[in-house]
Amino acid sequence: MADRHPLFMPLVLVGGLVFGFGLGFSHMARPEVVIDFLTFRDLGLLFVMFGGSIVAGLAFWVVPRLRSNAPLTGRPYGRRLKSFDRNVLIGGSVFGVGWGLSGICPGAAYASLGVGNWPILYAIGGMFIGAYVQGVWRSREPSADADGVPSDD
Amino acid sequence: MIADLLAPGTIEALFPNGISRYAIGGLLVGLGTVVIYLGTGITAGASTFLESTLSYVSAQSRFEQYRPSRDWRVVFTVGIVGGAAVYALIYQGEAWALAGSGWTTEVQPWRLLLGGILVGIGTRIGKGCTSGHGICGVGSVSRTSLVGVVTFLIVAIVTANLVAAMGVSP
Repeated sequence: MADRHPLFMPLVLVGGLVFGFGLGFSHMARPEVVIDFLTFRDLGLLFVMFGGSIVAGLAFWVVPRLRSNAPLTGRPYGRRLKSFDRNVLIGGSVFGVGWGLSGICPGAAYASLGVGNWPILYAIGGMFIGAYVQGVWRSREPSADADGVPSDD
Repeated sequence: MIADLLAPGTIEALFPNGISRYAIGGLLVGLGTVVIYLGTGITAGASTFLESTLSYVSAQSRFEQYRPSRDWRVVFTVGIVGGAAVYALIYQGEAWALAGSGWTTEVQPWRLLLGGILVGIGTRIGKGCTSGHGICGVGSVSRTSLVGVVTFLIVAIVTANLVAAMGVSP
């Protein structure tokens, strides 16, 4: 936080720029394209997911074999592994209904704002409402959810 | 070769807009993730931003736990918006001309709002979204993420087809 490496934020910004440019270029920032994919009118979005996960997967596989820690944080290189429980199925299903109804997911929604799609503010506003509602509700639970502890400092 | 095995026109029917925009876009999405990973070791997803940003205005414990990462998540999201804006400026309308570079959806506001609420609830309960589970999780060959992706993909396909069958368009 206070003692972040000076290049930490610039690097995150550059990563975000490339990520967002890719979402724009892939047309995934357009809800119509996602809905066309989900209704089998254009399966091109498969290449976005597979393309993205293959590139990320290569890095997650190769980089830890070359170096043990990241230069800007000292964090050990690892993979994104989260524990499995029924929340993954429940949350995934709720997410699926929302994604299928609106054609928009979080990253694509931010990118959609960037391509000038101001009505996407309805979706982004909705996401904050949804995140807030589940947060208030789950904050009341005596959190036994070990996975609730975030690792991405 | 594979194309020869399929009936004529099948590829065109499945991919009416070709595949290059999707493949190149996907590679760039992955590259953005890798840039952050290389420097920081963080496998960044897009949806934690929702809760971490709420910690600026709410003291709920669910949001407070994301305090340490909330600043960089804002920067990441600003980057996503900015990168997409650069894309729009170059490829939508006349290159580098602001006029005509905007694009707006025809999908109805109630679908965006209601869908957004469900996405917001679901992604946080389900531990990830299309980028966290779909890109980073699948890239990590995480069984949790693979199950998550298959779950939301199937449910989304059923939902989108039901909505279309009910005549809701756009």
